[in-house]
Amino acid sequence: MAKRIEASNVTSYYGSFKAIDSISMTVEPKSITALIGPSGCGKSTFLRSINRMHEVLPGARIEGRLTIDDQNIYDADVDVTAVRRMIGMVFQRPNPFPTMSIYENVVAGLKLNGVKKKSHLDDAAEASLRSANLWEEVKDRLGRPGAGLSGGQQQRLCIARTIAVEPQVVLMDEPCSALDPISTLAIEDLMFKLKDRFTIIIVTHNMQQAARVSDKTGFFSIDKTGDPGRLIEYDDTQKIFSNPTQKKTEDYITGRFG
Amino acid sequence: MGDNPSGSTNAPAGGPGVTGRHARAAGNGVSPSSYDEPPIGGGGALPKKARFSMETGFRGLSTSAGAMVLVIIVAIAIFLIAKAVPALRANTVNFFSYEQWFPNDAQPKFGIAAIAFGTVLSSVIALIVAVPIALGIALFLSHYAPKRLANPLGFSIDLLAAVPSVVFGLWGRDVFAQPVQDFSIWLNKYFSWIPLFGGDGPFGRSIMLGSLVLAIMVLPIIISLSREVFQQTPTANEEAALALGATKWEMIRTAVLPYGKPGVIAAVMLGLGRALGETIALAMTLGTVFNISFNLIQTGGNSIAANIANTFGEANDTGRGALIASGLVLFAITLVVNMAARAIIYRRREFRDAAA
Repeated sequence: MAKRIEASNVTSYYGSFKAIDSISMTVEPKSITALIGPSGCGKSTFLRSINRMHEVLPGARIEGRLTIDDQNIYDADVDVTAVRRMIGMVFQRPNPFPTMSIYENVVAGLKLNGVKKKSHLDDAAEASLRSANLWEEVKDRLGRPGAGLSGGQQQRLCIARTIAVEPQVVLMDEPCSALDPISTLAIEDLMFKLKDRFTIIIVTHNMQQAARVSDKTGFFSIDKTGDPGRLIEYDDTQKIFSNPTQKKTEDYITGRFG
Repeated sequence: MGDNPSGSTNAPAGGPGVTGRHARAAGNGVSPSSYDEPPIGGGGALPKKARFSMETGFRGLSTSAGAMVLVIIVAIAIFLIAKAVPALRANTVNFFSYEQWFPNDAQPKFGIAAIAFGTVLSSVIALIVAVPIALGIALFLSHYAPKRLANPLGFSIDLLAAVPSVVFGLWGRDVFAQPVQDFSIWLNKYFSWIPLFGGDGPFGRSIMLGSLVLAIMVLPIIISLSREVFQQTPTANEEAALALGATKWEMIRTAVLPYGKPGVIAAVMLGLGRALGETIALAMTLGTVFNISFNLIQTGGNSIAANIANTFGEANDTGRGALIASGLVLFAITLVVNMAARAIIYRRREFRDAAA
C-alpha cells in the first residue's frame, strides 16, 4: 500500500517570497527518506507541498509537478482531502485534539471519513495504537484525555491517528525535536516498523537520526537568507554521510556550516 | 562576608550596610563599581526585611478591593429582602402562582407567575433565534471572511452593541412592528394548527416582536465572544484535522467547535443574562398582558423587568416592595442560569486542564 512519489521542478512561494526553487526528487515506496539542512532552507515547505498542506497558509502557492504513482496531486480536478488522506502527516509538536480522549483522537480521521461502525472503529483504534507502540501503555485509559499523556506518548498518539486512516505515505516534520532521547528512540523504532507498510519522509535537524533511520537522504541548503532553498544533493544515506559528492554537503554533515 | 577584611576596606565610608533598612550591604571588592555602589547581589551582611513596604500595602489594597464585592452583594441582598418581605406579608394571594399584579390595592394581590414566565419565554426564544445566527457570523468572521472584510464587519458588530436599548425599543415599536405583524398574520393563516401560532388576533406587540428585538440585542455579545474563542483555536489542531483529510467545515467541527465550546457556552449565558434583565426595549415592545400563554404572535407578553419599569411610577409602598420581590425572583433566575452554565463547563474540566 505504499506508493512512489515523484517531484519535478517543485517551486513554492509564500506570497512573493520564493521558499524553495525547482526541487526534483523521487521517493521509492516502503523506504525512509530523510531531508536535512540548515534552518530556513525549505525542508518543511517541501514536505508540506507533498500533501498540499502548504497551500493552507494565506498567499501560499506552488508550481511544478508532484505525482504519486503517476497521478499529479496538483491537477485542478484532484480532491485535496483525498490527497491528504493518502499522504498523512505528523507534525513537529505533538498536536492531539485537546477536547478528545485517546480513543477519540485515534479514530478522529476515520470518523471524518464516515466510518461509523463501533466494532470497526474499536479494531482500527487497537491496531493503530499497537502499530504506534502505544497500546500497552494506554489500553486501560482509552477514555482519558489525549493531551494528558507525556510528550513522547502524545507524538506516538499522533502517529497512531495518522496511520489509522491507512495512508500510502507518512510525512514527518521533525517529529522528535520536542522529545527526550528515550522517546526519540521509541519513535525511531516505530519508523523502522512502519517502513514495511508506508513510504516515510522525515524532516530532521538531527543528523545522527537521519543516518540511523533513513535509506536515502536529501540535503537542502540556501546560499544566503532570503534566497530560495535548493536540493543540493540526494543520494543513499550511506553515501551522503561517508562520501558526499558536493562540497556543501560535506561541510554541513561535518559541522563546518549551518 | 561582612567580616571579610577586604570587604570592609572597600565599603563606602559610613555605610557598613548591616543595620539600615535601605542601605545596601557592602561589596567585597570584586568589581570596581563596588567602591561607590555595592553590587545588587549584595556582598556584606544581609539587611533586615522591610516591615512596611509596597508589597504589604498592595496586598492590603487588593484584598480590600476583593472584599468590596462581597460587601456590595450582601448589602444589595439585605436591601432587597428588607423591602420585599413586608409587601410579601401583605400579599393576600400566593406570590408564586398568582398571575395578576394589583399590589397597590387595599387588599394587595400580586403574583410572579405570568411575568416570570414571560421573562423566561421571551429570553429563550431570543436565544433560539440569536445563537445559530451569532455562531454562523462568528465562524464566518474567524475562519471564512478575508481580513479586509472581517475587520469592518467586526467593527460594525461592535457598533451594534453600542446602540442603547431604548433606541432598540423605539425602533422595534415603530419600525420593526409592522413587518413582524405581517409575518404573524401569515404564520397564523397557514400554521394556526400549531398552538404557538394560533389565536384570533390582534397581532402586533407580541412575544415574537419582543423576542426578535431581544435577539438582535444579544447578537453582538455572543458574536464577539465566540469569534474570540474560535480565533484562539491552536493552528496545530486545525492543521492536524486538515492533514487527516478534513474539509474546512469538518475541520471546524473537529477542532474549532469543541475547542471553543466552553467559551461559546459562556457567551450564550452572558447573552441570556442580558436578555433576562433587559427592561426598556421589552417594556416598549411587549403587549403588557398578565397571562401565561405559549402563543407567540397575539398581542401580549410581559416580563419582570418591563413590569418594574411600567408600574414603578404609580406604585405605593407595598407596590414598590412587590416590585422589589419580583426583582429578587429575576435575580434568582439569573443565578440558576449562571450556575447551570458553570456546571456544563465544569463537567469537561479534565479535558480542558489537560490541554492547558
